[in-house]
Amino acid sequence: MKRIALENLPKLYAAIAEKQSLILPVKKAGQTNFGLWTEEADVDLATLKTVKSAKDAFFPQSETLYTCQRDGKTLSLQPEKLEEEPFVVFGIKGCDVRGIQILDKVFLSEPVDSFYCARRKHGIIVSLACAAPEESCFCKVFGIDCAEPEGDVVTWIAEGYLYWKAATEKGEALTAQVADLLEDADTAAVDAQKAAIAAIVEKLPYANLSLEGWNGKVLNEKFNSPLWEQLYKPCLACGTCTFVCPTCQCYDIKDYNTGNGVQRYRCWDSCMYSDFTMMAHGNNRTSQLQRFRQRFMHKLVYFPANNDGAYSCVGCGRCVEKCPSHLNIVKVIKAFEKEGK
Amino acid sequence: MSHHECTCHPGFYHDTLIPQVGVITSIRQETPDVKTFRIEPPQGGKFFEHMPGQCAMICVPGVSEAMFSITSSPTNKEYQEFSIKRCGELTECLHSLEVGDQVTVRGPYGNNFPVETDLKGKNLLFIAGGIALAPLRSVINYVLDNRNNYGHVDILYGSRSADDLVQLKEIQEVWMNTKDVDVFLTIDRPQEGWEGNVGFVPNYLRELAFDTDRIAVLCGPPIMIKFCLQALQEMGFKKEQIWTTLELRMKCGVGKCGRCNIGSKYVCKDGPVFRCDQIDELPAEY
Repeated sequence: MKRIALENLPKLYAAIAEKQSLILPVKKAGQTNFGLWTEEADVDLATLKTVKSAKDAFFPQSETLYTCQRDGKTLSLQPEKLEEEPFVVFGIKGCDVRGIQILDKVFLSEPVDSFYCARRKHGIIVSLACAAPEESCFCKVFGIDCAEPEGDVVTWIAEGYLYWKAATEKGEALTAQVADLLEDADTAAVDAQKAAIAAIVEKLPYANLSLEGWNGKVLNEKFNSPLWEQLYKPCLACGTCTFVCPTCQCYDIKDYNTGNGVQRYRCWDSCMYSDFTMMAHGNNRTSQLQRFRQRFMHKLVYFPANNDGAYSCVGCGRCVEKCPSHLNIVKVIKAFEKEGK
Repeated sequence: MSHHECTCHPGFYHDTLIPQVGVITSIRQETPDVKTFRIEPPQGGKFFEHMPGQCAMICVPGVSEAMFSITSSPTNKEYQEFSIKRCGELTECLHSLEVGDQVTVRGPYGNNFPVETDLKGKNLLFIAGGIALAPLRSVINYVLDNRNNYGHVDILYGSRSADDLVQLKEIQEVWMNTKDVDVFLTIDRPQEGWEGNVGFVPNYLRELAFDTDRIAVLCGPPIMIKFCLQALQEMGFKKEQIWTTLELRMKCGVGKCGRCNIGSKYVCKDGPVFRCDQIDELPAEY
């Protein structure tokens, strides 16, 4: 275990950024999101939940895949370069780290998405334990320990210090880069904090949310439940839940005409939108009920069916906080639980 | 075009989302709203090897990209063809293109009709409506080019009018003249000069009363599939004997963009070909 005094963190950021780009929670216009570190950046490790998850770092909200030039009748394509330089994502919470592991199951399965894969290879994850989990958090339900998140380096903020523990080879290499700034430390402060976090987690309102009955085998039973009809009604189809979600991976591929060629780019999309499944000859999900059901069935039934039981939710609670209609996955799980009783 | 080797997968040069340039080398006007395009790489030949039923993404940069079935059979060693109905923004644009124009192509995507397993050695009944002959043409020609591997072949094909029958020349000149192949054509309404059957495909199917000693392969608009499925079951066919295809919106073609997800399946990757009893296991959302 190593540590660095909190007042020296700017030096640590500078040292990391000297060798590779550094992405971390930055406050801008009152909101905190992962962004590129600069000397002027207002780094914000105090806010527990960034508005959007850390998935942007590996699966950007928008990215060009290739550019197409037309010369007379002749087309030529220039694929976008894959990430070739290392970068550090600092301050990712345990739920968001799991979110990236869920995205891995999608993008690293055959055929591998080379854009995502290159970022995963070059990205170094420095996670940060959640000193004070909030009411909307329910990562424990998915077996995530927010007191000891996964990552290449795991960090804790306790008693005026950032505690630092390398957990992988990549993490060791990063630790070596900044070794001058770190001092050896015992684990007492971290152990005390882990115990304190565990005590908070136990008392969170959704700590004992039960996923019993949700698995890949209950497909038609859950799909045909009359509960969806009651649950979906307040849904505005705004798609906020999908955009703040660490595991939502649906995307669109579109054109941007630059005036000097066409960029084919990929951007996040949402199964909540009415045109998501629209074709020239029709639409297989014409109602918001169908679209609402799709999102939760995918996370709690379809995804587990294809991924050895893993749910496509990490309990980060962003949808709980952000949905303007107070709809969320917790409400869905609870409604079905009540029905089962 | 330049290639990038994936840094984490040495030897992996080409993300599946990056297409190849294709040149339209021939356009055949099949019906008032269907054209068959022969598309080849600039150096000629085929983009890739495919199996009957598989699809490819065709894109007009600046307009859109969509999934189309490859209508030519893999046994055609020279080129690949796509029969495309004018029905939306992209297809409208494709229909305006001329020989020599370039598009992009990527694929092949999806599974295929089980020509080397479940269909092999069997009598086959192909049932198609309208533009849905496009995916079946690939299987039919594969079967006819490997004639000794399959039993008797019946082809029932219908469309709105005689003018809307796709691939009519090939049907009349090749399929109707191949040994052990019977072709039954039907159109929805009577028409001057038409001497064949008049009536909807499901009704004609009932009249023809095929024996159940065969595998049925069914492609068409959802309403036709629904009633043909009913008719086949009344005739004694089991769902395990019937194969069909699903069609949903697709963007990536590899089961990642989420659009064609239905139940735990992605139609682009796990389909488009399904056995009818497999479709029964999916939520009714297609």
